[in-house]
Amino acid sequence: MNKLLVSPSPHIHTKTSTRSLMLDVVIALLPSVIVSILYYGWSAVVVLASSVVFCVLLEYLITKYLLKRPGTVGDLSAVVTGIILALNLPPTAPWWVAMIGAIVAIGVAKMTFGGLGQNVFNPAITGRVFLLISFPAIMTTWGGAKGFIGGVDAVSGATPLGIVKEGLMQGQTIDQIFAAHDFSYLQMLFVNIGGSAGEISALAVIIGFIYMLARRVIRPYITLSILLTVGVFSGIFWLVDPSQYTDPLFNLLTGGVLLGSVFMATDYVTSPMSDKGGIIFGVGIGIITMLIRYFGAYPEGMSFAILIMNSTVPLINKFCKQKKFGRA
Amino acid sequence: MKKTFSIGGVHPDDKKISAGCAIEVLPTPKTVYISMAQHLGAPAKPVVAAGDRVKTGQVIGEPSAFISAYVHSSVTGTVKSVAPYRDLAGNPVMHVEITVEPDEWAEGIDTTDTLVTEIPQDVRFIVDRIKNNGVVGLGGATFPTNVKLCPPPGKKADILILNGAECEPYLTSDYRIMLEKNGQIVVGAALMKHVLGVDRVVIGIEENKPEAIAKMKEAAASLAAGSSDYAGIEVMTLKKKYPQGGEKQLIDAVTHRQVKSMGLPIDVGAVVQNVATSLAVYEAVQKNKPLIDNTVTVTGECFPKQSNLLVRVGTPLSYIIEYLGGMPESAAKAISGGPMMGKAIANMDAATLKGTSSILFLTREQTKRNPETNCIRCGKCAEACPMGLEPFLLNKLARNNMYDELEQNAIQDCIECGCCLYSCPANIPLLDVIRIAKGEVIRIIRGRTAPKK
Repeated sequence: MNKLLVSPSPHIHTKTSTRSLMLDVVIALLPSVIVSILYYGWSAVVVLASSVVFCVLLEYLITKYLLKRPGTVGDLSAVVTGIILALNLPPTAPWWVAMIGAIVAIGVAKMTFGGLGQNVFNPAITGRVFLLISFPAIMTTWGGAKGFIGGVDAVSGATPLGIVKEGLMQGQTIDQIFAAHDFSYLQMLFVNIGGSAGEISALAVIIGFIYMLARRVIRPYITLSILLTVGVFSGIFWLVDPSQYTDPLFNLLTGGVLLGSVFMATDYVTSPMSDKGGIIFGVGIGIITMLIRYFGAYPEGMSFAILIMNSTVPLINKFCKQKKFGRA
Repeated sequence: MKKTFSIGGVHPDDKKISAGCAIEVLPTPKTVYISMAQHLGAPAKPVVAAGDRVKTGQVIGEPSAFISAYVHSSVTGTVKSVAPYRDLAGNPVMHVEITVEPDEWAEGIDTTDTLVTEIPQDVRFIVDRIKNNGVVGLGGATFPTNVKLCPPPGKKADILILNGAECEPYLTSDYRIMLEKNGQIVVGAALMKHVLGVDRVVIGIEENKPEAIAKMKEAAASLAAGSSDYAGIEVMTLKKKYPQGGEKQLIDAVTHRQVKSMGLPIDVGAVVQNVATSLAVYEAVQKNKPLIDNTVTVTGECFPKQSNLLVRVGTPLSYIIEYLGGMPESAAKAISGGPMMGKAIANMDAATLKGTSSILFLTREQTKRNPETNCIRCGKCAEACPMGLEPFLLNKLARNNMYDELEQNAIQDCIECGCCLYSCPANIPLLDVIRIAKGEVIRIIRGRTAPKK
């Protein structure tokens, strides 16, 4: 008789693994990747490739030579970080900017803390914010890229949020700014006017969101609470003074709100465990984002908002427990 | 909207590949080994000695404490030895070894197939028959049934729930008895209903067993038409979700009442019995037949012949496997019970117990555990936990021996269903770690609450 395995129950295991979850996130990111390549052409390919390659390479080198531990690049989390970082960069950014972003994201924000699962701050956003502060000129230049689809010219200049901020500071009203720049919501939904690779198509991000929900990769609470908070917060201000405050739809479709709420705020590692905690986390991100957009020096606040709320996650986890069976 | 329990749960593949196999009577082996530890509680005290001749259904072990049970000979023959014999896990346990001869039943046992539907009115008589015929819970815990049917003074049940959920993948023994012996199960339910003095009996069956639901409904309706003793027995279709058959989960699904932490079902007015137990109660009371055989599913994709067998208690597992054509080369693990909560079998020479519901064979590929990686804090374990616990947290606390914090985070409520480990994408052995720490915490709680000497 052959020897039998003896080990404790359960004796079967789900097919879902860290790798399969990360692969699902990569698939969900594909629509945004495709739109950005079509729209920004080879420049987007270079940014994307250098960001992913450097993220994966760094994680490999760090686990092998610094930590001397088994490699973890197979779990694909570095690929996800690489893609998200690339989608946060202007397509005209040189490859070495992507490399520096990758060093900060993987080297500083992720591996220093012990790798996947141990980091406090979302690696891709940390990388992005580092670049935004270090290379403000490069990080806010959108022109010059030539896309693959005819008839679509990448417009040089600032993002809609940047244009509005600029205009308001010069004393213009929202109506005047909108009239001068011919903003169209339909255009924002499909392909935006200007912005980092991941910001340009709201629809592509929404497709990714639906895919992740269908595959049960994420739960909807964090994303929806961010969007709802941004909508309600801006709605109140816009109703009070539409000449100084942009409307809810504009705020939802521009900047990193969608990309951030779908792909970055939902990062398992840096978001709360419970649904209740997720809602608090989302509301916090929404409020901070809108405070920065309306009253801050930067036109966009999504990245900062997520990073600030990342730091509250341990506290949220401590106080938001799910209801236990048979206990009040 | 079909009912189910309110927190957590997982959906492993059904794999009921032996569902179509009718119950077949397994020929009696040449030798049986009947364990004195068939049930939860104190082992029975053997009352026979080597050389004694025993008849089928004769008492060979007596209860040695309040929570204990009678054990009967499942065969006719000569006692060869009363000695320790290795159980499923390979541990020596007191067994009575009997050399088998042709069946000769003990006095007063009705071995015919006639369905006896008249309910005896004397509660004492019913309970005594259940006790004297060694009936124990067949849903897994093998708790003596007579004890469960007599709640402590001051506690009163208002509902009896029959567990026909069979939520574990692969298992089909309960399904087969619901198809083939539904009348007996309903009579058993009526007997227990009478003992408990409840008006309502709910037979909970998961939606993936429509034939069983139909048959059980039919049996309940036809018996109810004949006598008022069968009033208030209903079949409830439950959503398919593991662990629906967990006692606390089933009560929640059926009544929306949640048993408190460290509490008992009777605290919320419920008593739960498995459908197989109900069948055993029927046989014990109406036929005066002791619990000497039970239905065992033998299954697994790698096993050549799927089957549901009626097996005499004490039959060596190796005998069953040989009868069905021997163990396949590709089988890496044999499990007594289902793949989620069953126990790995270390010793194939061990004998079946009253509570043995299945022998399941899995290949190395099916049962392989991948290496543990970092927790990615996805929260899937907490989402899966039917008790609303946070396995990721308990795992960390347990690895640091933080027992106070473990107790505060309710590790003692863990029912060891395995949902957390099953669903962890990082392959962290959550339940392995939690199970050990839970034992320690319960010891600490007991030590604190026990009366000071």
